[in-house]
Amino acid sequence: MTTESTVIKAPGEASAERSGGSGRAKDGAKPASDGTVLNVFSHGFLAVWAMLIVLPLIWLALGSFKTDSQIGGSALSWPSNWHFDAFSRAWDKGIGDYFAHTLIVMVFSVPLTMLLGSMAAYVLARYPFPGNRLFYYFFVSGAMFPVFLALVPLFFMVKRLDMLNTYQGLILVYVAYSMPFTVFFMHSFFRTLPTAVHEAAVIDGASDTRIFFQVMLPMAKPGLISVGIFNVLGQWNQYILPSVLMQPQTGSDPERYMLTQGLIQLQYQMGYETDLPVLFAGVTIAMIPMLVVYLSFQRQIQAGLTSATLK
Amino acid sequence: MSQVAQGKGRIGFIAGFLVLPLALYLTFVIWPYIQTFGYSFTNWSGQSPTFDFVGLDNYAALMKDEVFRGALWHNLLLLVFVPTVTILLALFFAFMVNAGGRSGAGGVRGVWGSSVYKIVYFFPQVLSLAILAVLFGAVYRSDEGGLLNGFLTKLGLVDPVHPVEWLNQPDLALWCLLLVVVWHGVGFYLVLFSAAMQSVPKDIYEAALLDGAGRAQTFLKVTLPLLWDSVQTSAVYLGIAAMDMFVLVSTMTSGQFGGGPDHHSEVMATVLMRNFLYFGKSGYACAMGVVMLVLTMILSIVTLRATRRERIEF
Repeated sequence: MTTESTVIKAPGEASAERSGGSGRAKDGAKPASDGTVLNVFSHGFLAVWAMLIVLPLIWLALGSFKTDSQIGGSALSWPSNWHFDAFSRAWDKGIGDYFAHTLIVMVFSVPLTMLLGSMAAYVLARYPFPGNRLFYYFFVSGAMFPVFLALVPLFFMVKRLDMLNTYQGLILVYVAYSMPFTVFFMHSFFRTLPTAVHEAAVIDGASDTRIFFQVMLPMAKPGLISVGIFNVLGQWNQYILPSVLMQPQTGSDPERYMLTQGLIQLQYQMGYETDLPVLFAGVTIAMIPMLVVYLSFQRQIQAGLTSATLK
Repeated sequence: MSQVAQGKGRIGFIAGFLVLPLALYLTFVIWPYIQTFGYSFTNWSGQSPTFDFVGLDNYAALMKDEVFRGALWHNLLLLVFVPTVTILLALFFAFMVNAGGRSGAGGVRGVWGSSVYKIVYFFPQVLSLAILAVLFGAVYRSDEGGLLNGFLTKLGLVDPVHPVEWLNQPDLALWCLLLVVVWHGVGFYLVLFSAAMQSVPKDIYEAALLDGAGRAQTFLKVTLPLLWDSVQTSAVYLGIAAMDMFVLVSTMTSGQFGGGPDHHSEVMATVLMRNFLYFGKSGYACAMGVVMLVLTMILSIVTLRATRRERIEF
């Protein structure tokens, strides 16, 4: 099994290698001539698809500056005014709140997922005890089932605990549903850590708990980052769980919509109020942090998600 | 496994580390999973605390439920087309990005700008499905304000007086959603296949090149067989995504929890949610959950078996 560090490095090495040898040799070996024509074709296809990705997003962002009638009238019009008021209206319509709700949940759910997932994975990876394999498969098997299988009883379970439409309810559910993947990934990671460090710590008289928190967990940092990114993306983009669990239960119950839920809510609302610039501004606001996070960590995100899927 | 870790007196430590994760996982994942099977044999409404055991009645009713059968059919259609289209496009692009550019001296390498393509193509993957739903809701608008209609009108392909009703057209709605899934997925699988391609030793490609293999031959005889494991995994993942589809259908199409027009874009997940949250038929919804599970399991096993080949070591 490849260790995480090599997986993360691979794309970087490859791209460095490519850019290093970027000067295309023109010494015309046989395939080069037909290659030129094909290169034009392949570039064409690649560029077209890149446009198909980028243009709708730019078009949407531009819509935030248009007037509602302009949006309805023609798709290809250029915004006539460059005011930012649709953004502030979107923020007032709840985007700011949805953002805050999502952040509150994630501030607790992601660290808790990582901590509990790592603890379980660590014990299962490095402490042989009767039933160890059983526990491991038990944890990991949860990833195989569609969430819809659990949805109805889950709703009533959370209801019985009196945690519908509460942050703590959603946090616990997020942590629980992130467990299979986190345990799976961290398990294979902890197995690759050297035994010698553990032995040294034992000789120094460190307790098991202390070894975990002060030795093993810091050593597992690359793995934690990969799983962390995966969990952040997964929980940030979750829609089904909050749309079932985070609905106001009584008239006086405040709404605590997550961002994804809030955007859909805004879509319905703006359909009635015919204020599409607000909707487009709202989506743009929601998109920008993801774009920034992605561009800053794109290598880790791509490597993390790829290795996660291939394992 | 670590020998140091063995020994007695660690039961307390092991139990202490497992108890919380296990408790959460049992309460919110495993127990609801198990309960679903039980509830699927009852006529529970979800509102009243009482319910009767009705045996297989829910499953029998499912067989006769026209809407559910339509939804099942749509899921199966998506199951065929989502993985096929996404994987073919991703393979094509991945090959172009990694091995499309070639020249005599440098052997095989990606086309110019390939790292930029990888960054751009992957971006939809980090956007939430809710964002995609709003974005493509606007793209598919049924007037000239929709990006697609606006563009086609400009090209003179669509009559501005009668623009295409993308999502309101019974025979178009499902395919419009399919395109969104493909748009979303291609970049991820491109990167996935790229990682697999880069782990193939360069000398294999160089040997093929020396033997006079053209691009198509290199792809079919060298790249694809070596990537087969990744393709197989991707087919399973995309199949599972095609079984779900809840977010896009419920938010982009008409009707309570989507599925419109007139159930033409219905998928099992939307029928399940409507029966659970709107009609208050919890037991019936649980039976649908069980059917979805069984189909997902069959799908995974069939895909893995049907695409099984001898594994190539390198």
